[in-house]
Parts: sequence; C-alpha cells; structure tokens
Amino acid sequence: MPYLGSEDVVKELKKALCNPHIQADRLRYRNVIQRVIRMSKLDQWGQAEVLNFLLRYQPRSEEELFDILNLLDSFLKSSSPGVVMGATKLFLILAKKFPHVQTDVLVRVKGPLLAACSSESRELCFVALCHVRQILHSLPGHFSSHYKKFFCSYSEPHYIKLQKVEVLCELVNDENVQQVLEELRGYCTDVSADFAQAAIFAIGGIARTYTDQCVQILTELLGLRQEHITTVVVQTFRDLVWLCPQCTEAVCQALPGCEENIQDSEGKQALIWLLGVHGERIPNAPYVLEDFVENVKSETFPAVKMELLTALLRLFLSRPAECQDMLGRLLYYCIEEEKDMAVRDRGLFYYRLLLVGIDEVKRILCSPKSDPTLGLLEDPAERPVNSWASDFNTLVPVYGKAHWATISKCQGAERCGPELPKTSSFAASGPLIPEENKERVQELPDSGALMLVPNRQLTADYFEKTWLSLKVAHQQVLPWRGEFQPDTLQMALQVVNIQTIAMSRAGSRPWKAYLSAQDDTGCLFLTELLLEPGNSEMQISVKQNEARTEMLNSFISVLETVIGTIEEIKS
Amino acid sequence: MISQFFILSSKGDPLIYKDFRGDSGGRDVAELFYRKLTGLPGDESPVVMVTSGGKRHHDGRHFIHIRHSSLYLVVTTSENVSPFSLLELLSRLATLLGDYCGSLGEGTISRNVALVYELLDEVLDYGYVQTTSTEMLRNFIQTEAVVSKPFSLFDLSSVGLFGAETQQSKVAPSSAASRPVLSSRSDQSQKNEVFLDVVERLSVLIASNGSLLKVDVQGEIRLKSFLPSGSEMRIGLTEEFCVGKSELRGYGPGIRVDEVSFHSSVNLDEFESHRILRLQPPQGELTVMRYQLSDDLPSPLPFRLFPSVQWDRGSGRLQVYLKLRCDLPSKSQALNVRLHLPLPRGVVSLSQELSSPEQKAELADGALRWDLPQVQGGSQLSGLFQMDVPGPPGPPSHGLSTSASPLGLGPASLSFELPRHTCSGLQVRFLRLAFRPCGNANPHKWVRHLSHSDAYVIRI
Repeated sequence: MPYLGSEDVVKELKKALCNPHIQADRLRYRNVIQRVIRMSKLDQWGQAEVLNFLLRYQPRSEEELFDILNLLDSFLKSSSPGVVMGATKLFLILAKKFPHVQTDVLVRVKGPLLAACSSESRELCFVALCHVRQILHSLPGHFSSHYKKFFCSYSEPHYIKLQKVEVLCELVNDENVQQVLEELRGYCTDVSADFAQAAIFAIGGIARTYTDQCVQILTELLGLRQEHITTVVVQTFRDLVWLCPQCTEAVCQALPGCEENIQDSEGKQALIWLLGVHGERIPNAPYVLEDFVENVKSETFPAVKMELLTALLRLFLSRPAECQDMLGRLLYYCIEEEKDMAVRDRGLFYYRLLLVGIDEVKRILCSPKSDPTLGLLEDPAERPVNSWASDFNTLVPVYGKAHWATISKCQGAERCGPELPKTSSFAASGPLIPEENKERVQELPDSGALMLVPNRQLTADYFEKTWLSLKVAHQQVLPWRGEFQPDTLQMALQVVNIQTIAMSRAGSRPWKAYLSAQDDTGCLFLTELLLEPGNSEMQISVKQNEARTEMLNSFISVLETVIGTIEEIKS
Repeated sequence: MISQFFILSSKGDPLIYKDFRGDSGGRDVAELFYRKLTGLPGDESPVVMVTSGGKRHHDGRHFIHIRHSSLYLVVTTSENVSPFSLLELLSRLATLLGDYCGSLGEGTISRNVALVYELLDEVLDYGYVQTTSTEMLRNFIQTEAVVSKPFSLFDLSSVGLFGAETQQSKVAPSSAASRPVLSSRSDQSQKNEVFLDVVERLSVLIASNGSLLKVDVQGEIRLKSFLPSGSEMRIGLTEEFCVGKSELRGYGPGIRVDEVSFHSSVNLDEFESHRILRLQPPQGELTVMRYQLSDDLPSPLPFRLFPSVQWDRGSGRLQVYLKLRCDLPSKSQALNVRLHLPLPRGVVSLSQELSSPEQKAELADGALRWDLPQVQGGSQLSGLFQMDVPGPPGPPSHGLSTSASPLGLGPASLSFELPRHTCSGLQVRFLRLAFRPCGNANPHKWVRHLSHSDAYVIRI
C-alpha cells in the first residue's frame, strides 16, 4: 500500500533504530531520534510504535541519556494517551538509574492519567485506574491530593467502582482519611452486595493504620443487621484483631448479636475464631458457641465444624466451667457421627490431646493471639519503580501481576515445547557438519566436558563492555581462502550454540565478526574473527571471563571444527 | 499486534468479523468472547480478558473491547501490547465508522457491511495500523454508505444532538449530524454544514451540611464538519478565557480552566492574543479541545438540594422532605432532571406530595426516583415522601431517636442536562470560515453549548 503516509516512515525508522551500527554510533543514533521527533507526518500510531522501538536502546553515557530524554520530551504532552504512556514507559526505563528523573516523569504524567481516569470511555478509565494503582505501589502519596477524583458515581460499572475503592484505600493519608472514610461508608450500603463488601474490606485495609475511626464505622455497620454486611465486617474484624491488637477491646464489645445475621461459611468461621480466641472478654461467648454446637448436625460446611472444635477447646481453657459439657458433646459428635474424615480426625486429635493433660493442651493451643508483624509481611514496603517499569503501558497492570503470572505460565509451557532441542548439547544436532567430521565433533564433549548453552540475553552493548574489559586469552590463525557466505557460518555457529553478535557484510574487507558463547557453568567466551584483505588466513582472538584453560581449549577446538567444516563445504 | 477484529451486537450476534493474521481460530472466537463476557464473575473486569483452557489454539489470546452505542467492538491479540493504544484505536474506529456510515448502530452496520470491510482493509494491514485519518482514507473508499432515511432539512420535529440556534429562527433537526461524511459525489446541495459543540460534564459532591466537597468539570469542544477538507476555519473563544491559576485576563472575573489540550491540527498562533483557534479540519468528527476545571466554579452550582429527614425508628416510618432549588439564570432551564435516592432495605410503600403535576416519583430497585422533566432557572421545587421501613425493630436503647437518618439512606444523585449553558462559562464567540463555496450559499454553521451531569451527588 503505497499511500500510507506514516507506514514507510515507521518502517525506515524501525530499521534504523534496530541497526547495531547505528546504535553503536552515538551521533548517528541521535540523528535518527531527531528525525523521529521532527516527523510531523507520523501519526499517533506511528509515534507509539517508534517509542516502543526506542526501548531497545541502551544509552552509553549519562549525557547521551539526557540528550534523548530532552529530545523526546514533547511526547509527554501529546494529546493521545497511547503516546503519552509510551513515552512515560520509555522515560522510566531509560532513567532507571535516576530515581529523581523517574519521579519527575511520574509527576508529569499525573495530569494525563487523571484525565483518562475521568474519561467518558469507561474502558480507558479502567485501564488508567490500573496504572494509577501500579504507580501507587511505589509512590503511595502520589495521588493523595487528588483523592476526590477517585470517588465513585452510582452510574459507573462495577469493575470501575472496585478499582476506585482499591485506589482510595491505597492513597489514604492523614489529611484525607476523614473524607475518604466518609465516602467509603456511603458505599457500604450500596445496593450491590459485592460492591458493599469490597468497600468494607477497603475500610478494613485502612484500619491497619487508622484503627479507631475505622472500627467505629465498622461497628455502626453491624447495626444494619444485613447478612452480607455483617459477615464481611466480622471477617474484617478477625484480620484486624490479628494485626492490630489494640482494637481487641472495641471489637469484643461489638460482637454480641452478630451471630443472628451470619449464614455463610466464611463469616461463621471468622465469628467462631474470634469467640474462641478472645472468648474470655466476651461475656456470652460460650452461649453463642453452644448454639453452634446444638446445630452442628445441620451444619453444611466442614470448615466451620473444624473451626468450632478448635475455638471451643480454646475457650474451654479460659472458661472451663461453662464449656466442659458442650465440648464433650461436640467431641462425641465429631468422633462418632461425623462423616467428614478431616473433622473426625481433628476431633480425635483433640480428644487424645486432652487425654495427655491440660498443660499439654495449653502449650499447644495457647499460641499468640495477634501478630502485628504479619501486616508488614502482607503488604510489602514500597516497591521500586524499576520493578514494574517494564510492565508499564502493557497488559500486566490491567490483569494484575498475579493473574498475569498464571497467564504467562500457561503460555510459557506451550512455547517452551519446540525450543527444548536447542538447549541440548551440540553433538546431537549437527546436520550441517559433514560425515567425515562427525567423529571429531563427538569426541569433544569428553575432552573437558564443555557444554555450550544458548544465551539470548547477551546484548551487543554488554558484549562490547565485556570485550573491552577483558584480555585476549588465546589467539590463533586458521587458513582461509577466497569468498564465503557469512550466513552459512552464522548458521553453523548457531547449531553449536555460538551466537553471532555482529558481523560485517559479505565481501567487505577487512571482514569481522564477533561471537559469543556460554557454557553451562556460566563461563563466557567472546570471540573475534578477522579476515584481513589479501591474507589467506583467518585470525581468531578469544577472550574468556574466567581463566580456565581446559574449557578454553575445548571451545577453540569446537570453533576450529566449525570453521574447518565451512571451509571444506566451500571448496 | 491485532489478530482479529469483530463487532458484536448487544445480543452477541457477530456483525463484522475480520481476521488479519490468520494465526488464530476461526469465527467461533467471537462466540467465545461473548460467552466469556456473559459468564464473567461480578468482581472481574470485562475490558481485558484472556482465553485459557478450552481449545488449544485459542490459548493466551487477549480480548480487548469497548462498548459503543450498544455494540461491542473487540480486538484480539496474543502479544502484550499497550492497552492505551488499543483502546484509543477502538474508539477511533468507532468514530470512523460513525463518520462513514452516518451513525454507529446495529442497523447502520448491517446495512453497510461492504463499506465497513473496505474501511477495515485500509485501516489495518496484517494487524498493524496504517492510517486512521478520514482524509487519507477517503481517496480509497469506493463504496457509498447506505442511509436508511434520506436527510431532509424540513424534518424539524425534534431538536437534539448538534442542534442549536446561531440565528434565532434556524434550528437543525436532530438527525442533521448523523449522516455519512462522504455522502455524495452525486449530490452537492446539502454538503456545506459544520456543527460545533461545547459539551461539559459536571461532577459534584456536596456534603450533608451543604458544603461543597468536590467540583469537577470536563469539557470538550467537538466539531463535526461536512465541509470539503482543507477549508480553514477560525473559532473564537470567550476573550476572558485563561488557563492555569496564575493567569488572569481582562477585567472582572475571568473564565478559568485548569488544563487544556488541543488536537494536534489546531494552530494556536492567535490563541495567546485573541483566543482564536485556527484549524483546517478534516471531514468528520474531531475533538478540537479538551479542558478540565476543578474546585473553583465561576457560576453557582446549578442545583442545591435541601433535604430533611425524619425517622421514627419505633414505627419504622420514614419521612423525607426534599427541596430542590435551581440556581441557573432565570432564562435558562434544566431538562430531564432525575433525582435518585437509595433507600434503606425493605422499603415497601411510598406516599408522595409533589409541588407540581408534571413531576413523577416512584420506587425502583430499592431507591426513590423523582423525575422532573423541566426545571426553570430560579425556581424551587419540593417533594414530600413518606415510606414505611419494616424489618427488625431497632435495639430499644435507640427507640426514640427520631431525627437521625437511617443507614442506607442516600446519598442522592441528580442527573440533568443544561442546554445553552456551560458551567465554566466558556462560550464560542464566533465560528468563521475562510472557505467560500463556488456559487453556493454560505455554509450552515451550528453552534451549541451543553452541560450535563456526570455525577452530581448530595450526601444526606
């Protein structure tokens, strides 16, 4: 299609940006980038694509880096969100060693992101919210002053409301906590049960920092006597008591009466756990548990029964007089009548434990009742921007990191299939090597047991650095006559897992090629092949990052074999 | 890159299906998408979905879609691409299809299947975007759009989108703007029209004590042009218009916005001095300018609500008295005002006393809905609602609290439209065309201002 204005341009730029020669030359590269910027004909799709291609480049010096950033600055102001986010990602990745630059970029992208969050297109709004959450993981205070932008309106679809609640929960600070909590409390009575529950869990999350206010709100919610609210509130209480022991008293006072409004398994478990662990502070705890024991036959969830066993035994330790009788009945039921094996085993276990003696029971069951340190484990401290910079403006934040991991695992398993043969040792796969050389090749693994493995991460840049920092470990000259096809050589080297980093064009004099290989112990072999004009020989220089002569010798013999083979094919 | 693109009707029937790369399953992908969409659990977002399990060749395919005028526009891709770009592309496609087919809808799409496929062929090649500019594409599109009803200027029955008065007598019919951009190589007569809309979305949050917690205005200037492209036009904005907090222009209160972004084709040479935007718009729809304003409105809010709630917990009787005051200038009016007030669970009966007969109130989905078709500026309306809230009698200790409102009541939210009114005060002073059609009459220019509510929430 000849008419497309941007397409040819993009193609040309892509080629230039990926060309190692241009990448190696700072000035030429800068020229290409400048052409990118001047490209007024490039529409937003082209811009986004070119920005994506720039990601592959590693600037060599600080000066060059800031040069590029300055040149690309205008893209951060584009009116297209795709281009702005593409530019942001590029900036974040290029400036990975300069946290202040990254922070600065994130400040500048705040406006476009917030605009996208209140965009009319719900889908765009959702994606923007996901990215806001991603940023908040690293910079918790980043959007705090804009908290009102994340208030939900009743006409929004569910998935946006849930995201907004998550965002609100994460950006809360001393100044806005009052307003945010007030807003969240409004959501708790929403018509949609799912949304209401999400809001309650969010308040529970905030409660870890602002305990008193949140516990008060949660206690008020219990007064509604709604099943779906009560169950979630009690679950929130359970987690809260575990993490913030200072609120135990308030929670214990709020609990009486809850049992009437809880029907589901999760809620019952939470309530029973609370009654068991903190029963000595709740006057009617034994009687509530007694009700559960009375109705244990009709209880459908085995998990609730297990929880009941443990809780009752715990309560028995602190209030033996009130619990002894029903504990006996419960144990009898669990051992004699219960059909679920897990519950029965648990019953038997406690029975035998009781036989050993009350001190032993105490030793085992009276574990700590709270563990504030767990809270720190649950939400890890601020993650550095660099941990997610490469995921920015991709589908990863949209799916969530955990979900993405499962997705890519499935895909990875599938993709790995055909690649497996490549990692096997080179001796098994040598269709390019003629018959007469086979024996020589097959001997090689024995001599020093060299095993080359493919390494795709090695970039030209890294190669160059390593090359310059090492000394030549071995130099050798092989006979070489006339013309040949570099492609053939490259393929042959690929077969034995030697990677070609860069290579001159066919027929050019002098002709050079840079090769790299890695063995299974991580030892790197960097090689330069040089054909001087007029000479009928090929110069080989090998550098090695660990000085191991044995390995070096076997590597060189592999190389010799391959080059020799090519030579023979040619002649 | 994009593997497939398809359009589904709201019921899940595939209208358009196009495979760009041939690397994925057949047409049943569309069906798979719809099944996944409808079977999605409530707490997961449908915007991006991934296929897994099921048939092997569908594995790891991401669906990304937007909903546009009750159609699903979906792309699939197997790579980890930028979601922003894809969503942008989808909405651009929606606009393009709207431009070419007149309007976007199930009917127009199925009437114009050939045209849509032709467009898609030109826009995307092997899953890569080629161009989305109306201008570029119009050279290559041969198919004419099929329009259901021929456009007639005499169809003046209703006034709706893109209709307005530039001259007092003239009003564009509602369907005027919904016709294909490239309607005619044949008929030249009805071409020269241009529609300019200033649309603002208002979101407001008012605390229960009447103090303003949040005001947020999202504004757009949208242009739909049927003029031959390349014709230059100048849009003059209010001269007092200023951007940012520091800048102030003229005397008296300026019209201030926080942030502005312009379309890349807008020439801003005269913006600094005279607040004039110059552009050569391509045919079709275009967002010339977007702006945001928060926290500091120049004019009073359009509505204030004064609620008073009486609740007798013992008998379960709830009485809500709502007084709604419209603070617009007396010449303006608000249309389609609807108040939505969530009620405590289990409210059964409702008795009402409304201040005027055209109002209507009813219970729906556990909420009170109060409809006011038209509210004149400066007027004040009221409604008295009495409800019974059954359910368990409260704990006796609270039995006599008659004033506190019950949990689950409120917040109230209002939705409305304000024709000929912008909350920021921004107005289009003039719209001038440099273009002179040969022999034809002056092009018609329609300018409209409109505000509508995005979320107008009043806590009780």
